[in-house]
Amino acid sequence: MSPSTSLRAGLDFDAVSAEDVSRVFGRRRALSKISFRARRGAILGLLGPNGAGKSTMIAVLATLLRPSGGRIRYGAYEAAASGPALRAAIGLLGHDLFLYPELTARENLVFFAGMHAVADPDSAAADALRQAGLESRADDPVSSFSRGMRQRVALERALIHEPRLVLLDEPFTGLDDASAAALLGRLQALRASGAIVVLATHDLDLAEGLLDHAVFLRDGRMVEAVDHPERVRSMYREIMNRRAGLYGPPGAA
Amino acid sequence: MPKWFMPAAATCGLMFAASPFLIANAPYESTMGLVQKIFYYHMPSAGMFLIAAVVCGVASVRYLFGGDPRQDRLAWAAAELTVLFGALALVTGPLWARKAWGVWWQWDVRLTSSLMGWMVAVAYLLLRRYGGPGSDKLAAGLALFGMANVPFIYISVNYWRTIHPTTTVVPTLPVSMGVPFWFCFAAFLLLFVLLLRLRVRLEEQRARVDALYLSLDQ
Amino acid sequence: MFARIVWLVLRKDLTVEVRSLEIAYTTVFFAVSCVLVFAFALVREGQAPEDGAAGILWISIAFAGTLALGRAFERERQSETLRALLLAPAPRPAIYVGKLLGILALLVAAEAVLLPLVALLFQEDVFAHPVWLAAVLLTGTVGFAAVGTLFAAMLVRARSRDVLLPVLLYPITVPVIIAGVRATAVLLQPEVEMALVRFWLALLVAFDVVFVTLALWTFEPLMTD
Repeated sequence: MSPSTSLRAGLDFDAVSAEDVSRVFGRRRALSKISFRARRGAILGLLGPNGAGKSTMIAVLATLLRPSGGRIRYGAYEAAASGPALRAAIGLLGHDLFLYPELTARENLVFFAGMHAVADPDSAAADALRQAGLESRADDPVSSFSRGMRQRVALERALIHEPRLVLLDEPFTGLDDASAAALLGRLQALRASGAIVVLATHDLDLAEGLLDHAVFLRDGRMVEAVDHPERVRSMYREIMNRRAGLYGPPGAA
Repeated sequence: MPKWFMPAAATCGLMFAASPFLIANAPYESTMGLVQKIFYYHMPSAGMFLIAAVVCGVASVRYLFGGDPRQDRLAWAAAELTVLFGALALVTGPLWARKAWGVWWQWDVRLTSSLMGWMVAVAYLLLRRYGGPGSDKLAAGLALFGMANVPFIYISVNYWRTIHPTTTVVPTLPVSMGVPFWFCFAAFLLLFVLLLRLRVRLEEQRARVDALYLSLDQ
Repeated sequence: MFARIVWLVLRKDLTVEVRSLEIAYTTVFFAVSCVLVFAFALVREGQAPEDGAAGILWISIAFAGTLALGRAFERERQSETLRALLLAPAPRPAIYVGKLLGILALLVAAEAVLLPLVALLFQEDVFAHPVWLAAVLLTGTVGFAAVGTLFAAMLVRARSRDVLLPVLLYPITVPVIIAGVRATAVLLQPEVEMALVRFWLALLVAFDVVFVTLALWTFEPLMTD
């Protein structure tokens, strides 16, 4: 493994591991000792109800929040020491879309490609528009798009610099069936291309059959971590019922 | 609470109780008369106001770039004392000015600059009170800017004033730096240190309660 | 790298603004309203008080500037695009400079409308020393916007940001207002004392240098976490 250290290409790494990551906001513990490892060519799902800490975990992974305890290791690197070079290897699709509604789809993509120092922003944006199936609407402002179309543009924006680590926070929210299917296809293609995909969702129907690893969160705690989950939905129901009213991760007193 | 705190608090109380007698027995200033005696409280208040502001600024910069929560607690405590002693200085100043200059408020450079510095300290507290989570860092940034602003405020107010000379003649003040003055200064300094320690301790306790809540939550 | 990011952010802001013109229109209209409100408060028998025009001009700039700053960053907050900017592998001070230049462009445009209006309403000969006046306006606006851009950016993730922005901004920018008003007032007088103008201009330049440096230095730690 010889990770490139050039700033333009970003750092490279084969796995992201969370080691006992905690995050507190005042007296509220949003995350408590979360540990998992996400590998290349695999999709890891953060599953749990609203308020379970999924978004906080995604923000910590994206280096937008510092953990209060524990650490995240990006291969051989850590967030504090690596700064911009590390950010170049991360793509984030947040719950909010990170798009300027007044700008067209193409302008948004070209702008963010430029911000990420992509060599040829125009052709990268053209590729992204083709990928999103929005070439015919490329020069319309994003504000005129439907939720599904915006989500597609937002996903391509997050991927425009071909990040190694792809973080998606509730990407299925508000998507119709066709858009959701397209997103699923895109995620599978990302996995095939060797990206590390971390996906936070409470939509278990769509997560079914997609995930390589599943991490179940509840009230900021890790309740269960499973490799190759077969039937996520029933597993989720079983785990959440089992844990209802019972505090603390398995094995911790 | 450290061992020295209670004896020091008692000493401070006694000093403040004794100060009126010392001030009453101090020599009567001939041109300004009785009103000059307000200086025995006014000047120490202004001095503590400055010291508190400097403590707040330095601690804020250290917090901003070091991230040590102890510096943040110190900065917060000092900001509150800046507002407290600043208010004392800003109230006792005009009380004296009413007699000496014939007006409550004079756009005097020191008075006006003090008011602006006091405003920054109040803005700091407002930000911490209403800014929500994360406002500790932002307040530290404000304190740094406020500190850098002091010379600009002073110079600009000074020149702004001299261009509009006021009709009242500012008398040169023969400040008698006698025993009562330094006695009062020491009393105020002790009060400042005690309040700062008390306030920092309160924040420390709060942080510990937060930590306890979190460990219960484990 | 730095200059490229500055240019990208600036061009993006200007494109968004040209497309909607929202901030430009509202800021200019608000500034004009300020001038009129202060004129009604201060003008007696058709005469503005001494140096009134300079004061009204700068108050309007400061008020309208606060509005523009709040709105410009509300735009970055709406779909959390500020987080996307911070996530880009770009030097973060470059993002600050880009935003600052965008705000400056807006405020200079507003001043271009305000100045003739003030000249017209108060019978002031504002074009007697155009270069000096432009220098005073520009350095003053840079100082105001430099502090304002940093504060507005850091308040994006604070509660009550709308009220806190002026609360924090005005006490810090008092020297800019004093220097701006005094220098402008001197320039509007029939006999201009150039030494005074130079003094205030020097103070403004020093303020700009100190506070732009401080803002570049503190932007990164203030925007993280």
